[in-house]
Amino acid sequence: MMNSAVLLTFSTANVLSDTVYYLLCGLLAVAVLLGIHLMSKVQKAQYGNKISALAIALGIIITLVKKDIIPVWVVYPAMAVGMAIGLILARRVRMIEMPQLVALLNGVGGAASAIVASFAFAELYQGEDLFGRSTAALAVVVGAITFFGSLVAAGKLHKLLPQKPVVMPLHQPISLFTLLVLLVLVAWGGFFTVTAAAGLLAAMIVFSTLFGIVFSVRVGGADMPITISLLNSLSGVAAAIAGFAVNDVLLVSVGGIVGASGLFLTQIMCRAMNRNLLDILLGKTTLLEKRDEAEEVPEVVQEVEEKEPVDPLTIIRSARKVIIVPGYGMALAQAQHLVKKLAAWMAGNGASVKYAIHPVAGRMPGHMDVLLIEAGVPFEDVYEMDDINEEFQEAELTIVVGANDVLNPAARNAHGTPIYGMPILNVDHCKNVVFFNYDLQPGYSGVENPIYKRKEGVWIIQGDASVTLADVLSQLS
Amino acid sequence: MELIQYILIVVFLVSTIVGYLLINNVPSRLHTPLMSGMNALSGVTILGALLATATALQSNTPVAGYIFGSLAIILAMVNVAGGFAVTNRMLRMFGKKKDSKDDE
Repeated sequence: MMNSAVLLTFSTANVLSDTVYYLLCGLLAVAVLLGIHLMSKVQKAQYGNKISALAIALGIIITLVKKDIIPVWVVYPAMAVGMAIGLILARRVRMIEMPQLVALLNGVGGAASAIVASFAFAELYQGEDLFGRSTAALAVVVGAITFFGSLVAAGKLHKLLPQKPVVMPLHQPISLFTLLVLLVLVAWGGFFTVTAAAGLLAAMIVFSTLFGIVFSVRVGGADMPITISLLNSLSGVAAAIAGFAVNDVLLVSVGGIVGASGLFLTQIMCRAMNRNLLDILLGKTTLLEKRDEAEEVPEVVQEVEEKEPVDPLTIIRSARKVIIVPGYGMALAQAQHLVKKLAAWMAGNGASVKYAIHPVAGRMPGHMDVLLIEAGVPFEDVYEMDDINEEFQEAELTIVVGANDVLNPAARNAHGTPIYGMPILNVDHCKNVVFFNYDLQPGYSGVENPIYKRKEGVWIIQGDASVTLADVLSQLS
Repeated sequence: MELIQYILIVVFLVSTIVGYLLINNVPSRLHTPLMSGMNALSGVTILGALLATATALQSNTPVAGYIFGSLAIILAMVNVAGGFAVTNRMLRMFGKKKDSKDDE
């Protein structure tokens, strides 16, 4: 087994007996689960996060003690450097950049697991431990896929790479072939020892890189939340499998927790978008089948706009029950502070204002909530779709800021379109709707939005929401 | 296979099932902090990085152990520290607004 007692004149391994060590590992795993459990309540979530962090910190300490690593001085500067970089990143990041930060952190975690597993693989390669060897091989592959897949996703989110899905000719056969090669390599590494370990490792890393890139590069904007969530799950899986390879019980446990819950979160999102996880994995991009019938939309809309040019202000002044629907367009325009100002103006005018958030609005689930709350909106005013969907019909006014697909009624009845069956916000049930959207192009789904064509009670103010909202605000006051 | 490996498999199964069940209770408004928190947890691979580095330093290629071991520790630590810190930053915002509203 892995142990580093040789370096020392004395060993700290006996400070913790096996029984005590495993007991502590069990306790820390329970602490992590408790931490996640506390995340289900807004008020307690902070404590949950702290408990999880503390559990990992204690996990590091008992590992240092039990595995005799305390005198291995190299680990301390490395830990200090990593911690400093992590804390700086966490402090500097803007809330709108959260998706790419999460993707990036996922990636580095995956890379670390891949390196750990590579060590274990090289070490175990000559031995008899089939289980250890094959789990090590698998962890190298999963870790490396996570790393490169996450880098591409982060690059796209940070606009370093083109955000449109990139689909190469033969994309699907290539990814299936790469996956097959990886399976063969893992099996080869696990069961045979004829090839040199270094060569095999290199081959695994090359093909994992290829697969990670091929997988991520074709993901478009709207599938991004699902991809990030999936990569998040994968980074946990990589850690858990690496834990099998180095026989670390806490690593297996926490990695397993992250892997499973990440997968579940991914499923929740798939359901919210009516997407099949397998379709996304195999790269059936919704973008390919779009834009057949969207041409006539703009003219109809302009008609509506010209007919009643002043009315939105009147309705904003008079409405007493208002729901605001923010979408990613609001985040792009950095308009959340203006949205809050508008809401405050209407509240000051005697209106009740609520926010309705679709579960997959934005580039990451829950992203809109974070942006609104950062802007100073009290979270009590922010409602999830299922809690507020009935209220649209009673509301006097719905204000949409930079959202389209999540309220497209075509999802209810347009069979065969990518959004058919997707749960949506019932904005069309409201008698008055004001849009602050950049344009009237269909969203990622490519399905035109019939609300734009409604003759009565729809006003569309096109343009950058930060400009149009500011304009409306100045006219109001 | 050794006993510890069977234990590990059991631990893995129990953890995944419980983790799976817990996530269902988290409201979607907390999904961003939840994801970044889970992300921080996946940095638990720091434990493996420490162990593997210590072992590699005694092998016959200690230089590779230094370089890649340190790299793995740095990367895992970025993941852990960055993930928990940024989650905390977000959750503090959620907490703060509640307080200030109570004060009014």
